[in-house]
Amino acid sequence: MAEEVKLFRTWSSPFALRVVWALKIKGIEYETILENFPNKSPSLLQYNPVNKQVPVLVHNGKPIAESLVILEYIDETWNQSPLLPDDPNERAMARFWAKFGDDKVLTSIRSVFIKQGKEQQEALVPAMENLKFLEEELKGKKYFGGEKIGFVDLALGWLANLISILEEIVGLKVVDEEEFPLLYGWMRDFAEAEIIRDNWPPRDKMIVKFQARIDAAIAASAASSSSSK
Amino acid sequence: MAEEGVKLFGTWASPFSRRIEVALKLKGVEYEYIEENLTNKSPALLNYNPVHKQIPVLVHNGKPVAESFVIMEYIDETWKHNPILPADPYERAMARFWAKYIDEKFWPAAKKVLVTKGEEQKGVIDEIQQQMKNLEGELKEKKFFGGESFGFLDIAANIIIWLVVAQEALGMEILNEEKLPILHGWLQRLLNDAVFKECVPPKERHLDFFKVKFGSSIASK
Repeated sequence: MAEEVKLFRTWSSPFALRVVWALKIKGIEYETILENFPNKSPSLLQYNPVNKQVPVLVHNGKPIAESLVILEYIDETWNQSPLLPDDPNERAMARFWAKFGDDKVLTSIRSVFIKQGKEQQEALVPAMENLKFLEEELKGKKYFGGEKIGFVDLALGWLANLISILEEIVGLKVVDEEEFPLLYGWMRDFAEAEIIRDNWPPRDKMIVKFQARIDAAIAASAASSSSSK
Repeated sequence: MAEEGVKLFGTWASPFSRRIEVALKLKGVEYEYIEENLTNKSPALLNYNPVHKQIPVLVHNGKPVAESFVIMEYIDETWKHNPILPADPYERAMARFWAKYIDEKFWPAAKKVLVTKGEEQKGVIDEIQQQMKNLEGELKEKKFFGGESFGFLDIAANIIIWLVVAQEALGMEILNEEKLPILHGWLQRLLNDAVFKECVPPKERHLDFFKVKFGSSIASK
């Protein structure tokens, strides 16, 4: 029975990268369909009519959307190289931290980089608190998953690439090696891991993309603050 | 002995902690319930959930678990009888996808409808109704999202009950039999279920809760 696995993604989506990493860790063959946003393919819209987003995994014709949902599906369908631990409490912790990454870390880090001046200083406070929780969680471990890369590492992996890009664009050090030695070390170890390092999107292209995003966000907030005066 | 020392920190009007009550009752797990006052959180809660300082928190044999869907999966994996998630990985993925949709799309819209007025509120109502149509697409002809008996997604969709009470309290029309017959039918079955109906806030108190908290913003339309 031939397994047909397709992954709809964009060249830069960090959420889609999670799925790429998971498929590679498990050694699963798959076909990539590269979407060219904002023009979304009819296939993508058919497979994910609700959110119209990437990533979408299509396994034997059945689509699954939402990267963390896809990761759990992959882990339950292909049992080799498990992403989640066996113990229910440890699994709960992994799911908790992955959700924390998306709900809190991602949004607070984004705030820091799209703001300026005093607002940026204020945005740094919750961002730093969130990073401290991650630092704590790494105590005694090489990866969030322990000795090996696991679910939480894949969920937080975007940090290992995007942070240095944003820091370069904005000229602000957020994950300082002295302040966050474990997180800094994890970012380096994760980025250089064999499965991971060949899949990063081109750095120069990322810098262009995020420079444009930051500029647009700053312009938008300047426009809205001047119109509300 | 898996049942040893199960505690649930929650509040009477939170759909999130009520989800956990459903899961525990479905599995017949004995637990101690601690009602929190969110304006004066207990040291125990802050100790067990230092990251979010929120309910619900489940504590099992001294180890805390937070975030309602994470807790539900933990309960399902620890007490394996009367499963909440289906066995098939694809169906599990569908349940998780729609549960996420409910918390990330439906819940914010449901909160927004209570604090908006006029045209803006009408827009939010349209949005919620479209979201519920999407959910109907997932339910189709099934008795519950989980099939013959309720499961993960039915429990996650308990927020719809809160919306229905709110609409009654505040004189709004969002979910009705005419517009959303499939979901309406599902809701009646859910509210008639022996386990589920024990895990919703008492109706009168819940109606008052919405009237007191949001009544004035609707009345000023």
